[in-house]
Amino acid sequence: MATRTLLEAIREALHLELGADERVILLGEDIGREGGVFRVTEGLQACYGRARVMDAPIAEAGIVGMAVGMAIAGLRPVPEIQFMGFLYPAFDQIISHVARMRNRSRGRFTCPLVVRVPYGGGIHPPEHHSESTEAMLVHTPGLQVVVPATPYDAKGLLISAIRSPDPVIFLEPKRIYRAVRQDIPEECYTVPIGEARLVREGTDVTVIAWGSMMHTVLQAAESLDASGISPEILDLRTLSPMDVPAIIASVEKTGRAVVVHEAARTAGLGAEIVAQINEKALLSLEAPVERVSGFDTVFPLPQLEKYYLPTPEMIEAAVHRVLAF
Amino acid sequence: MFADRYDPLQDEMVSILTPDGCCDETLRPDLDDEQIRTMYRQMLTMRLYDRKAVSMQRQGRFGTYAQMEGQEACMAASTYPLEPRDWIVSSYRETGAMWMHGVPLKLLSLYWMGNEFGSHMPDGVNVLPVSIPVGSHPLHAVGLAYAGKYRQDGSVAVTYFGDGATSEGDVHEAMNLAGVYEAPCVFFCQNNQYAISVPVREQTASPTIAQKALAYGFPGVLVDGNDIMAVYAVMQEAVERARRGGGPSLIEAYTYRLGAHTTADDPTKYRDDAEVEFWRSRDPLLRVQKYLHARGAWSEDWEHELLEACTGEVEQAMNDAEAVPQPPPQDMFRYMFAEPSAALREQEAALLAALQVQQKG
Repeated sequence: MATRTLLEAIREALHLELGADERVILLGEDIGREGGVFRVTEGLQACYGRARVMDAPIAEAGIVGMAVGMAIAGLRPVPEIQFMGFLYPAFDQIISHVARMRNRSRGRFTCPLVVRVPYGGGIHPPEHHSESTEAMLVHTPGLQVVVPATPYDAKGLLISAIRSPDPVIFLEPKRIYRAVRQDIPEECYTVPIGEARLVREGTDVTVIAWGSMMHTVLQAAESLDASGISPEILDLRTLSPMDVPAIIASVEKTGRAVVVHEAARTAGLGAEIVAQINEKALLSLEAPVERVSGFDTVFPLPQLEKYYLPTPEMIEAAVHRVLAF
Repeated sequence: MFADRYDPLQDEMVSILTPDGCCDETLRPDLDDEQIRTMYRQMLTMRLYDRKAVSMQRQGRFGTYAQMEGQEACMAASTYPLEPRDWIVSSYRETGAMWMHGVPLKLLSLYWMGNEFGSHMPDGVNVLPVSIPVGSHPLHAVGLAYAGKYRQDGSVAVTYFGDGATSEGDVHEAMNLAGVYEAPCVFFCQNNQYAISVPVREQTASPTIAQKALAYGFPGVLVDGNDIMAVYAVMQEAVERARRGGGPSLIEAYTYRLGAHTTADDPTKYRDDAEVEFWRSRDPLLRVQKYLHARGAWSEDWEHELLEACTGEVEQAMNDAEAVPQPPPQDMFRYMFAEPSAALREQEAALLAALQVQQKG
């Protein structure tokens, strides 16, 4: 076991997979000499060479589109996009090609690649650096969308993603890249894609979140504990395919739910989760499911940032509302 | 040699076989009469296939189809120097090139008839499915080429696109990346003068498309796309260059789409008959016929024989494709992932249940 931040855990996963499988190739802007803008890939080019840890021209569609060809040829490309706000130029490649290749060729060609993307707000960056538009990706048939919240899951899920026969968009909660440390195995291990993690058991309400919001939820849980409320906390970890049975099992037990995401409210993933609960656990509900989310606004510049992201207090208030219903 | 001698900035075009069928002996590529006869037959098959596809579309037996009449030399000659290990990554107007590289006509027809299995290429055939989003696929060729270079397997990736696609950003990203990584990739642009209705002079202010390569640090060659010898010669040079580690090339094949953009298009809205007639006189098949005739390697009898044989081949392919039963609705779900998700299984079951209710009703 060794203590790792989430960022270090991701680097370790890349290191291990590069070492174990010559088909694995990283490509992205500044990932070589610089080790990436967040230093996730630091040291990897020195270790594995420029042909396998490729500094790419600034061309997000190009990076992902090239990775499509590499994946079809049997390599396992792991492109990095610097920030989620810069993923959009690659959307045509992702939606029109990455997500469709297996289906449209009836399994003759596949696209096993992992697009690593730091996402989310809270780091006081310039414009376009705080996006959390996972719902757009989850809405796209043919993609797996993964968001770890802990170092253990980050490493295990990334190794699973690289070994997956199908494409994965791997969203990295950059706000907590270095904020959490955890003792994790130094060797290879996997965490299965598609399974939620029961963070803690509780009896009164199910709180569902993922990525950086997990930590805001955990802060809220401390206050709720102090006031005698027992929340059950579910970390989805994989947004597509979603572990609906885990959500339903928990809601059937608690009868109440709050979904937390930092993405904009309208047609955010919270809406889908509420719909799933309605379809499958309506009769277990004691109260309408609440959503705590970002707003239908452009993500603000740093001066207003703190008003955009859900806070522990907002989550606590939502829990109190569903309990008082 | 062509890349060095023909300057795209000076609008210099490689031309070997004139519209009259006369061959520039100083540039004649290494193709004997038998090979030219083979290519003629292949071009004729493409022409007949194209016409059959349009006629079947009119009868409701074929989906919307992108025609290639007039561009047969581009496809027959550009694929001729390729080896099975090489890749073809094409747009929707390259049915002929895909066929030349090993995709059966039956399969191509199946695709245009609306069955995804038309894109399930036979094992060992290195051809990606048709790419409809304009200009998005050359990047895939760069990735395939990079993979070939990484594994040192000697393969070359060839990507086909039209003049219109050169306005798409992805095409430029593809050329830039290929240049930077010295990928063994050949960019083959069929400049057929129109992107649906917009003429090439309104598509780009560059006098040639070939010259765009120079900005990416590799050669660009303008070639008469209706001249099989010239297309073959410049393609052979580009493929060899890529194969020996010399990096990418761009070829602009100057040609003309004699048919409509697709079966849904009406070209009389944007071009006149005189223009079409001019290009009919430059028909790529006609000039090969003249060339072979002058050498005693073409006769009316042989032409009739060919017509009969190629028509039969096309008819057979179409019939075989039509005989393929419609796939079951479960196929929609079956190929989304290696293993279907629970949501997909649930949705598939819901569709089947709904269909059962409908059938009973």
